[in-house]
Amino acid sequence: MLRLYDAELSSRLLLGTARYPSPSILTAAVKASAAEVVTVSLRRESGGERAGQGFWSIIRDLGVRVLPNTAGCHSVKEAVTTAQMAREVFGTTWVKLEVIGEDETLQPDVFGLVEAARILCKEGFEVFPYTTEDLVVAERLLEAGCRVLMPWGAPIGSGRGLNNPFALKTLRARLPGVPMVVDAGIGVPSHASQALELGFDAVLINTAVSQARDPVAMAGAFAQAVAAGRAAYEAGPMEPRDLAVPSTPVIGQALLR
Amino acid sequence: MQILVNGASREVRAADLAGALEELGYGGAVVATAVNGEFVAAAQRPAARLAEGDRIEVLAPMQGG
Repeated sequence: MLRLYDAELSSRLLLGTARYPSPSILTAAVKASAAEVVTVSLRRESGGERAGQGFWSIIRDLGVRVLPNTAGCHSVKEAVTTAQMAREVFGTTWVKLEVIGEDETLQPDVFGLVEAARILCKEGFEVFPYTTEDLVVAERLLEAGCRVLMPWGAPIGSGRGLNNPFALKTLRARLPGVPMVVDAGIGVPSHASQALELGFDAVLINTAVSQARDPVAMAGAFAQAVAAGRAAYEAGPMEPRDLAVPSTPVIGQALLR
Repeated sequence: MQILVNGASREVRAADLAGALEELGYGGAVVATAVNGEFVAAAQRPAARLAEGDRIEVLAPMQGG
């Protein structure tokens, strides 16, 4: 079981809800993924169209936990206010905290992130900080009160997989007891497997599913990859080596030269 | 009075946030509000007096990653 704050979860796949071809495909993809947590956001609502109301009804019908994000926030103030608004609307103390530092890479502003995390943890939020693979930043986030970390694999929506597996391995090894969800940059199921094989507790996927030619089938593929990666981690992968080792026994081999 | 609602200029008769939301078509909607950048909880909306030129943000659930 995966434990994220007070939640015990069977699935190690968290799914984003953005950029699907239609609401029905989103619904089918969430079901195919077996995700028990989906990310959501807040945007301006028009009093005439009330588009957000329909979306919220679809999500509520799924019966999953929601993890509201602070996507698009560039300052501590914006992120904190957005989190406060999300807590009221979604009725959860969970927040995926994003403080964006640079527009082209959507790289987290880790200084603002730590500051916002400290404020929100004091206000009773359960913060899921979207951060880099930097170990010292991770330690500062834990000091600020975070009990889950979300290091990036690669820039949001890039689909590049784990850009820095060495640093991610270090992060995992140095903070063994902290639940960590690799968030962002995962493009194909093998990337998700890799994250789980390295000992990360879960992955958060959005674009790789929603922008696939068949999002529902891809959601299922990710579910299998995540389960396989976790099973492999628990089974204890072999250590890689540079030279070959014959797998077939050499003792008793016939001399036919 | 003239206020800014989600970046657009709107004329409202109500003097408080709860009344303005009703007037603007948000009655019964699941929304969160902020006035001039500060979060205003649903329970505080009737007591939140509006002034000419106030900036109101009305946010609702939306798709997110």
